[in-house]
Amino acid sequence: MTGYRNLTIRQKQIVWAWTFLAVPVVFYVVIRFYPTGTAILISFQDWNLLGSRSWSGLENYRTLVADPVFWKVFKNTFLYLLIGTPVSLVLAFVIAYHLDKLRFAHGFLRMLYFLPFMTSAVAMAWVWRWFYQGVPIGLFNNMLASMGIAQVEFLNSTTNALPAVLAPAVWAGLGFQIIIFMAGLRAIPTSYYEAAKIDGVGWWTVLTQITIPLLRPTIVFIVVFSSIGFLRIFDHVFNMTTNNPGGPLNATKPLVLMIYETAFTNYDMGYAAAQTVVLFVILLIVSLIQLRLLRST
Amino acid sequence: MTQTIRRYAQAGAIWALAFMGGGVSAQTVEIEYWQYFFDARVEAMEQLIESFEANNPDITVTMTHFPYADYRTKVAAAIPAGEGPDVVQLFYGWLNDYIEADLIQPLPEETFPAAAIDDAFFPMVQAMKVEGQYYALPTAVRSLALFYNERLFEEAGIEAPPTTLDELVEVAKATTKTDNAGNITQVGITTGMTAQDHHWFREVLVRQFGGDPYQDDYRTVNYNDEAGLKALEFYAGLEKEHGVTASSFMDEPQAAFKAGRAAMHIDGSFRIGSLADQRGLNWGVAELPAGPDGTQANYSSYWVNAITTKADGERYDAAVRFMEYLTSDEAMQVWLDVVGELPAKPSVGMTEENANNEVFGPFIRGLEYARTTKFANESAQRQVLVDMLARTDLEGQPLKESLAVAAEEEQAILDEYYAQ
Repeated sequence: MTGYRNLTIRQKQIVWAWTFLAVPVVFYVVIRFYPTGTAILISFQDWNLLGSRSWSGLENYRTLVADPVFWKVFKNTFLYLLIGTPVSLVLAFVIAYHLDKLRFAHGFLRMLYFLPFMTSAVAMAWVWRWFYQGVPIGLFNNMLASMGIAQVEFLNSTTNALPAVLAPAVWAGLGFQIIIFMAGLRAIPTSYYEAAKIDGVGWWTVLTQITIPLLRPTIVFIVVFSSIGFLRIFDHVFNMTTNNPGGPLNATKPLVLMIYETAFTNYDMGYAAAQTVVLFVILLIVSLIQLRLLRST
Repeated sequence: MTQTIRRYAQAGAIWALAFMGGGVSAQTVEIEYWQYFFDARVEAMEQLIESFEANNPDITVTMTHFPYADYRTKVAAAIPAGEGPDVVQLFYGWLNDYIEADLIQPLPEETFPAAAIDDAFFPMVQAMKVEGQYYALPTAVRSLALFYNERLFEEAGIEAPPTTLDELVEVAKATTKTDNAGNITQVGITTGMTAQDHHWFREVLVRQFGGDPYQDDYRTVNYNDEAGLKALEFYAGLEKEHGVTASSFMDEPQAAFKAGRAAMHIDGSFRIGSLADQRGLNWGVAELPAGPDGTQANYSSYWVNAITTKADGERYDAAVRFMEYLTSDEAMQVWLDVVGELPAKPSVGMTEENANNEVFGPFIRGLEYARTTKFANESAQRQVLVDMLARTDLEGQPLKESLAVAAEEEQAILDEYYAQ
């Protein structure tokens, strides 16, 4: 106790700061860092969840590199990212841009756009799964059939399935992005627009010279946020393809689903951990690149 | 001296027992039973435990159940720590893993003599025997049968369910409906390797076309031959040649049948419960159609009970007695009545009443010629057959090539598993 009394105010502040920080620090160490470390350790081992673990060196990583399914899944993961992020970014901006100018039923429309974000991904995935079915139950195909157009195989196709699964995922994230964009738009000082008006500039110039450049921090934030989301896509895919997870023929399987299957249906924990480490590295690299972009603003 | 003390102690114990009324006493052995959570199974087990305890007042059985998803993890963590169950339920396909991980011990030869069990149980239960010793035994088993929609049959003027594969195709043709554009709106028979069809293909169709799907105690894939190809041609032909089915019709085969949009549907006995609750659906059950030369085949799967390595001393003896009760005729009848799963012994299954039961009968009769695939990894092996069909369907790969690829992929799974 005397020890504490002898400290300077500065030192006492530090002691108190660390006392309060101890809770999140302990939390992070026990809940985040310890399992992360263990996962990296397990990736060099062989373990089927029962029985004991045994060392296998780089074997899991060797299997990974030689596994054609892994490369297919790797490609899918980046397809989700490369299609999902730009599409949702453009859509969210266009909607936010016009919603911002709208007075009539503004709050109601904003609520409608935000609603999917609050909906459970599982429920949404199952509803879309039903939309995509063939005649006689599927909504889209029934519409096509009633117009005399041939059915489209949405989910049971190696080419259509991935975009079909991605669509509800984009839609679900849209509400959040619109809200962020609108906040960004509101944050642009009106004086710029007034100045532009006085100068008599067209809307295109206003958009490209004022709005978009000033939205840059917002855009970077949304890109970072949504690309991490798409890299980790799981619930939509899993729920829309439960009968043949990630199928058909692995056409929709993202990395997270492969990890899940390796771990909890094949009980190959070492191999699953190796895949997790790869996902971790990918996420780390993507985040670092994007943070760098963010800093340069 | 010590003898006197022991005598006094014994006398004391007897006196204490008498004093406490003899019922629940300090000598009660408590054993724990674990299974995964499924309403009817829990209810049936509660009944069984109750009557077991009534007959064995010196044993108390506590049941614990978990969601299916956590089951394996919990069991694996508990037993090596000396906690958890003395008697545990596991899927037959996990037996090797459990033995390997030292989680379960063999059943004692005195109480469960292998030869007597071979005789008493349906033949496919022999998959639970490792090097002449039984490690686990089922109370109930499941098999496949052909469900049919009586109203759709009547509408098409069909009087009896098909008994051969040729008849199956004819009946399916008569009951398939399409709209003006040629889209199927009602299938004659449901198909989908993701459901039970991979079992139908493996253990039934391949055998019926003269093949033997596996050799070497299910360690060698053997369906990549003439018979396998014929079986695949038949199966794929239902959609491609006869147009009586669509593989992803209404998302899931059972959904299509439940909705009354499928005339026939092959499924396991576990489907009975959910179909029985479906209002307005009149359905019947028939044995799986026989092959071109009259061969009958079926697939059976089951959950088994085993004694864990945690049980020792008097808990072990109690566990053995509990296992004895779980494999008794009485327990099997309870399980059939409550859960709707089939008795594992002909002495219960093949009784006049059970074998001729309208609903259970076809399943139970199927047990006599059913086989159990010894899977190394059931979901991975299922995926191989799902992909086999998808390649021909979506990528236009010839059946023969796709079959060869599938056999190779499945062999790789088996090799990896048995290499360990």
